[in-house]
Amino acid sequence: MTRRVMLREIAHARAGDKGNRSNVAVYVYEQRHYLTLKAQLTPARLRAEFPRLLEGKVQRFELEQLGAFNFVMDQALEGGVNESLNLDSHGKSWSFLLLGLEIEIED
Amino acid sequence: MASPEVLRLGTGAGFSADRLDPAVELAAKGELDVIVFECIGERTLAFGHRDRMADPMAGYNPLLERRLRAVLPLCVRHGTRLITNMGVANPRGAAEKAAAVARELGLRGLRIAALEGDDVSALLGDDTPLPESEVTIGEGGRRMVGANAYLGADAILPALEAGADVVITGRVADPSLFLAPLRYAFGWAEDDWPALGAGTLVGHLMECAAQITGGYFADPGYKDVPGLARVGFPIAEVGADGRAVITKLADAGGLVSERTVKEQLLYEVHDPARYVTPDVVADFSRVEIREESKDRVRVSGAGGRPRPEQLKVTVAFDGGLLAEAAVSYAGPGAAARAELAGQIVKERMVGVHGCNAPLRIDLIGVSSLHAAARAYPSNAQDVRMRAALRASSREQAELLLWEVEALLCCGPAGGGGYRGQITPSVITQSAYLDRDLVRPQIEIIET
Repeated sequence: MTRRVMLREIAHARAGDKGNRSNVAVYVYEQRHYLTLKAQLTPARLRAEFPRLLEGKVQRFELEQLGAFNFVMDQALEGGVNESLNLDSHGKSWSFLLLGLEIEIED
Repeated sequence: MASPEVLRLGTGAGFSADRLDPAVELAAKGELDVIVFECIGERTLAFGHRDRMADPMAGYNPLLERRLRAVLPLCVRHGTRLITNMGVANPRGAAEKAAAVARELGLRGLRIAALEGDDVSALLGDDTPLPESEVTIGEGGRRMVGANAYLGADAILPALEAGADVVITGRVADPSLFLAPLRYAFGWAEDDWPALGAGTLVGHLMECAAQITGGYFADPGYKDVPGLARVGFPIAEVGADGRAVITKLADAGGLVSERTVKEQLLYEVHDPARYVTPDVVADFSRVEIREESKDRVRVSGAGGRPRPEQLKVTVAFDGGLLAEAAVSYAGPGAAARAELAGQIVKERMVGVHGCNAPLRIDLIGVSSLHAAARAYPSNAQDVRMRAALRASSREQAELLLWEVEALLCCGPAGGGGYRGQITPSVITQSAYLDRDLVRPQIEIIET
C-alpha cells in the first residue's frame, strides 16, 4: 500500500541564499525514506512544480550518511536580494515551499 | 594559549543585529578561550561605507559600544579573547572606540588590534569584470559605493601572535574568524588542508550563532524547541585534530541536536565537497554528526584541499530606493477589496503618473511570499495589500506612498492601517583579485 503525504511529514528543511541563487537542504527524519525522496524529489520535479519561480539550473547534491539532499537553484530568487520586490527577498521561506510538496510513501 | 588540548570557542553574534543577552551569558559562564562576534552581511558592509562617507568616524557596527561595554569586563576576567568583524567599513575607527570604552571601564593594558586592507576599492576600475552579470564595473553603469576583499585567517593570525586581546576586522570570511584562533592555538600550518577544512567546518557551524542552537528551526508540532525566547548561543569544544563538539550552556534555552547541526551544515552551502574560503577549499561531503548526550553533538570528517589563488571581492553599488506601502482590509469580501486596491494602484501609477518601474502587488494573507510559485487555497478575511517598487528617484518613491495612502478615502470600502516606507537600497556583485594584490595590515592600540 502507498499513500500520499506532505514532504513535511517525513523531512525537515532549511533555506539559504547567495545572490540570486537559493539553496534548500532537505533532511529525512527516518533513513528509510531516503530512497523514496531520491526517486521522487528530483531537480526535474522541482522545475516542473515551480516553473515561474525557478528560472535557472537546479542541482541536487546527495549526502546519504546524513539523510540529506541539497538543492541549489540558480535564478530562483526573483532577481535576488538586490532586485527582488518580494517581501522575502532572501527566499527564507523556500524551505516550506518544498515541504508543501506531496510524496508517495510505502505504508 | 599554549597548545591546549581543547579550545573553547563561543559565538557572541551571528549577524549585525543579533541579540546581546545570550552573548553576555556566554562571556560570563562559558569558560571561553575565544568569543567571536560575526556582524557583517553584504548590505551591512555597503551601508557601513555610506555611513563613513557621511562621517569619517562612523562606518562600524552601531552596536559595537553596547556590546563591548557588556562583555569586555567579563572577557578580561575570564581571559577570553574577543574577535569580531564589527569594524565593518572602519576597523580602525572601531578599534579606537573600543579602546575608549576599555579605558572608561578601567581596563588598562588591553591590546586592541585593528585589521585593515580588505577595502580594495582603489584596486578596481571601470574595466574590472563582474562575472555574475558578465559585464565590467564601467559597463554596469552604477555608482560604486565600496569594494571589500574577503580576508582569511592568515590576516588575523599576526594580531593573535602579537598578543591582542581584542581583534577588530572589516570583511573577513566568516569561518576564518573562528579558524584563526584554532590555527594559533594548535599551530596548524597554512597548508595543512585537512586541519583547515576541519576548522572551517567549526567556523561555518558557529558563524550564525543561534541557527545551530534552535533558532531558524522551530516548527511547532514537528520540530519543537524548548525555551526559544531565551535561546542560547553556541559553544564549540575543538580538539587539536579539528574534531569538535557543539554545545551550549545548560541553563540557556534552545537545543543542540543532530537535526539543528545538520540544518546548519548545509546552510548557504552549494557543492558540499567544495566550500570555498580564502583559507581552504573545505569538503563537507563526508561529515558525520552524532549526538553524544543531551545538547552535545560531535562533528567530524571534514576534509580540505588547497586554497584558491584569487580572493573574492564584494563590490557594492548604489541601488536607488525601495518604496513599499500597504493598507489592510478585513471581514467579508476583504480579499476582493484588497485586490481592487492593488489594481487601482497599478492603474494610477502607470496611467496617471507614467511610471514604468516594475511594480509588485501582494495580497498578504492570500498570496505574497510564494506568489510566483504556488496558489494556496484561501478564504482569508484579513488581508493586507502591499505595493512595492524600486524607484529611480525620491519623487517616484514618494508617489507610490502617496497613492496607497490616498486609497483610505478614494479606494475600496473599509481600508485602514496605512504604512509606507522608503529604504535606500544597495546592489552587490562579486569580483575576484589575485591574493598578492591584497595587503592586510594590523595596528595595535594599547589601553
